[in-house]
Amino acid sequence: MTSRTVITLSGVAKSFGAVKALTGVDLALQSGECLGLVGHNGAGKSTLMNVLAGTLAPDGGRLMIDGTLLDRSYSVFRAHALGVRCVFQELSLCGNLTVAENTRVFHPHLRGFGWKKRSAALIGAMLDDIFPGHGIAPGTPVSELSIAQRQMVEIARAFTVTDTPLRFVILDEPTSSLDASRAGQLLSFVRRQVAAGIGVILISHMLHEILETADRVVIMRDGRVVAVDAASAYDREGLVVAMGGLAHHQAQAREARAANGAEIRVRAERGSAFTARAGEIVGLGGLAAHGQTDLLLSVFRAAQRRTAGVSVSGTVAMVAGDRQRDGVFPLWSIKQNIGVRSLKAARRGLLIDPDRENRLAEEWRTRIGIRAPDLDLGILSLSGGNQQKALFARALGSDAQIILMDDPMRGVDVQTKREVYRLIRDEADRGRTFLWYTTEMEELYECDRVYVFRNGAISADLGQGQLTEERILQASF
Amino acid sequence: MTLSALLPTRKPWFWSFAAAFAAWGMLVLFLQGRGADEAVTASLAFAAFFVIVGLGQMMVITLGPGNIDLSIPATITLAAVVAMRVMGGEDANIPLGVLAALGCGVAVGLFNNVLIHLLRMPPIIATLSASFLIQSAAISYGRGLQVRPPQALQDFATARLYGVPVNAVCAVLLAAVVGVVLARTVYGRSVLAVGQNPRAAWLAGVRVGLVRSATYVLCAVFAALCGVLLAGFSGGASLDMGQEYLLASIAVVVIGGCSVAGGRANVPGIWGASLFLFLLVSMLNSMGLGAGFRLVLTGLIIIAVITLAGGEPAQR
Amino acid sequence: MTANALPSRNALFSRNALLSRNALRAALPAVTLLLLLGTIFWIQPRAMTPFGINLMLNLAVPIVLATMAQLFVMTVNDLDLSIGGFVGLSACIGATWLNQTPLLGVAALAACILAYAGLGALIHLRRLPSIVVTLGMSFVWLGLAVILLPTPGGAAPGWLKSLMAFKPPYLPFPILASIVIALLVHVGLMRTSYGAILRGFGGNPQAMRRSGWSSLRATMTMYALAGLFGVLSGLALLGISTSADANIALRYTLLSIAGAILGGCEFTGGRVSPVGAVLGALTLALAGSALTFLRISPDWQVGAQGAILIAVLALRAFVVRKED
Repeated sequence: MTSRTVITLSGVAKSFGAVKALTGVDLALQSGECLGLVGHNGAGKSTLMNVLAGTLAPDGGRLMIDGTLLDRSYSVFRAHALGVRCVFQELSLCGNLTVAENTRVFHPHLRGFGWKKRSAALIGAMLDDIFPGHGIAPGTPVSELSIAQRQMVEIARAFTVTDTPLRFVILDEPTSSLDASRAGQLLSFVRRQVAAGIGVILISHMLHEILETADRVVIMRDGRVVAVDAASAYDREGLVVAMGGLAHHQAQAREARAANGAEIRVRAERGSAFTARAGEIVGLGGLAAHGQTDLLLSVFRAAQRRTAGVSVSGTVAMVAGDRQRDGVFPLWSIKQNIGVRSLKAARRGLLIDPDRENRLAEEWRTRIGIRAPDLDLGILSLSGGNQQKALFARALGSDAQIILMDDPMRGVDVQTKREVYRLIRDEADRGRTFLWYTTEMEELYECDRVYVFRNGAISADLGQGQLTEERILQASF
Repeated sequence: MTLSALLPTRKPWFWSFAAAFAAWGMLVLFLQGRGADEAVTASLAFAAFFVIVGLGQMMVITLGPGNIDLSIPATITLAAVVAMRVMGGEDANIPLGVLAALGCGVAVGLFNNVLIHLLRMPPIIATLSASFLIQSAAISYGRGLQVRPPQALQDFATARLYGVPVNAVCAVLLAAVVGVVLARTVYGRSVLAVGQNPRAAWLAGVRVGLVRSATYVLCAVFAALCGVLLAGFSGGASLDMGQEYLLASIAVVVIGGCSVAGGRANVPGIWGASLFLFLLVSMLNSMGLGAGFRLVLTGLIIIAVITLAGGEPAQR
Repeated sequence: MTANALPSRNALFSRNALLSRNALRAALPAVTLLLLLGTIFWIQPRAMTPFGINLMLNLAVPIVLATMAQLFVMTVNDLDLSIGGFVGLSACIGATWLNQTPLLGVAALAACILAYAGLGALIHLRRLPSIVVTLGMSFVWLGLAVILLPTPGGAAPGWLKSLMAFKPPYLPFPILASIVIALLVHVGLMRTSYGAILRGFGGNPQAMRRSGWSSLRATMTMYALAGLFGVLSGLALLGISTSADANIALRYTLLSIAGAILGGCEFTGGRVSPVGAVLGALTLALAGSALTFLRISPDWQVGAQGAILIAVLALRAFVVRKED
């Protein structure tokens, strides 16, 4: 089987607000080849795949399939018709439908008498082919399957063929919920498909999977492709080094603050011991969603009521990372959004004192530099970065001794970041404890101590002196 | 959208009052000026009942999607029946009767909470099945009941203060209290926060479960209060006295400019919408149009209001 | 439930506990109905005759039909608070226009179904909360019915009366009709290929759109079906009671929601069960009329429905919680 170029990307760019997710990506994808795609958090892998799958329209650049230029009308449907399929990280099955019915959703022409049988046979055969001994009955509702089984169904469905040909499959972290033997089955299936002439893009944080399965490896960093080479040119170390980009990781000289003697405020167990002391800034590193937020939430819960395995002494406040989901009250003013964590403190008698509420908001507007003409304006009138500052003000303005931060700087501009870093250090000097989950390397250098997480457990515990980007990446992958 | 840009006020309660005023104007036009002030007093007196239950329903709906209290009519009836029984027509028993009725409200609210939290029933089903039970309890307890309300209660419920019906004064005071509670107490702010985003509220230290529970109790207590006043006003308890208050309580919340997606309450709007609903009836009656037209118009207005208000933001 | 493909023995073995819990959950509506029937027959053996069953289930057919209408709307995660008023309006049209000028009657009923589809489109396109829009429509339907028939009266067309009085040889008519309705909706919604698409919109609308299916079309289909079954419910009710009244079916709104929930349907996630909902509606219909047989005061007729609802949901909560 000879490989030939099927899809060509040139100069593809995409931004979300101020954040540049992709800054000009050039890439050629070939049939009969498995392309491994690696990169650290926020490197732009998922955005690129969404552009390819037709779920996101790029801001600039060109996308060509079979030599034809695809314009703005490129969509999921076009992609599907051209034989490009994508298995997304977030599952797109209907929980109330059976496995066979979900397969039917994917294939409009699967209908008429006996469609259920045909659909069941189609998905059943594909599951047998990829995951022998899978134990999934096509008549089972998806909601009754385990998360691993759902992922298997989702993958198998992407490879089923009825009326449109299958030419290119994108697998975005396909093994994240699979155990080693299932992952092995999938990867050998991928090799078989590639041998049959289908093109596959494999995204995975399991570097050995990439090295064993891919023909070529593409490394992304900061929204760009930084290296493309044959997989045989790399080993694990080589990949980690290439992802990190040794150029920009000299640790800023920071005077180490002696927090060792101070009282321990948080104790938890995640594979190994986790502690945070008064006045300490503790970083939680590692790849996104490897148990860091989970730890923050259990600390938050433990502060409210006794929880097994976590002990917290002190009051807590949370700074949300996902503003829309966890932080902002969209109908309220900036002032109300800042004050909500401190309502009890703002009372005089039974009623909330508007003066105290104003004073709190005004004080933090100046301290944290919220750029707003009037604090009575709606919170949504602020830019994302300033909304984030309001959420910081909410937590820092409260009586909390422990501040939990759930990757709050995503999509915030550099200037704001600098201001907030300074503020965090000032507050830590006054004895506050910070638990700071972040997906950005430079923020980990702001911490006194960093715990790196992998698969829900602590994989490294690095003091200030031991902190290097390479160590963090080694512990992450 | 274009309409709200034209007029100076974009306050959500403006429209309900404007509509009430328009209905009043039409009514006066049809009566050719006669009885314009009586129409106002009558509408105040009747709207007061809508307001009392509407405030409770507003608090519940403000808790966010899925929250609604369908047990209001049954609670009104039960509270009225219990109050009439306990009072037995004696003025001396009025305080006891009122307490018993409010106690019914608290009990209903707690029962709803048991269903919602312990049995994890969706609020709409929980309050629905509770209302079936309460309704039967009221029917059973009230069978053969022909006690007239005590004279003092009747006098109070139909009295006028400087020409203003006393129950309207009560409803204004209640509305003012609810307004202050929403704006200036920890509980009120918590209700608004939970309604906008329960998860963010939890992460901001709000005790979400407690706030929800308290709100369902509050709503039931308001319904009970309405039951007692209504019994005094209309000369006794009857078994279908609460019927029209189910849809009306939701209608005034929607027309009054509260957000059905939760998080935005609007106390003056409840008053405007209640006045409007009553004046609409009077206006259509004076035009010689029957109950059918009134219902159709009410329905179309509810739909028009919600369509213009724009519904929920796109969830993507 | 209906394992149309045999799971491998391995899978059956490992998920045995889960399967049995799901089976239990699916069987709950049937068990409830049988328990209720058993209690009635035990206390009042005379009820165990075709006549007795006919009497107890007298009003079951319209309730079952209204519950099906509610189920269609629930499938796409909406709720219809206007179905009671709509059933009443259909009955009023049946008792007046359909009886006097059949063509006008048929046209009016067809227009009602179209109006329902339009309602679905409005709710979907403007992203309105279905509860509020249908609340408004409940006023509209009731108002139209009052305008059409200001005082109770009218007359059912003869064919309708004889249809509802039909006495099949072996089974009481209400039971036969319920079985037919259950099968019809089950096949249409649970077995056809487009039925799967319709339910998919309740489960994961975004994934459905991503696969290229029109959510507007799905919503309008479901609302039109709700309208159709609402009309059928009104006509069935009219055939039984022979004359109509605008307020005749207001209770059906709440009964239909309760029946669907009792039958294992859920408000979100497109999880519905037509067979279960029919059983749930029958249970509620039975609970209403059975009390007379049990010599319990009719005061508690509604209360019994509430108690059954709470008991069943409590039981289900218990089953589900064990699953967690």
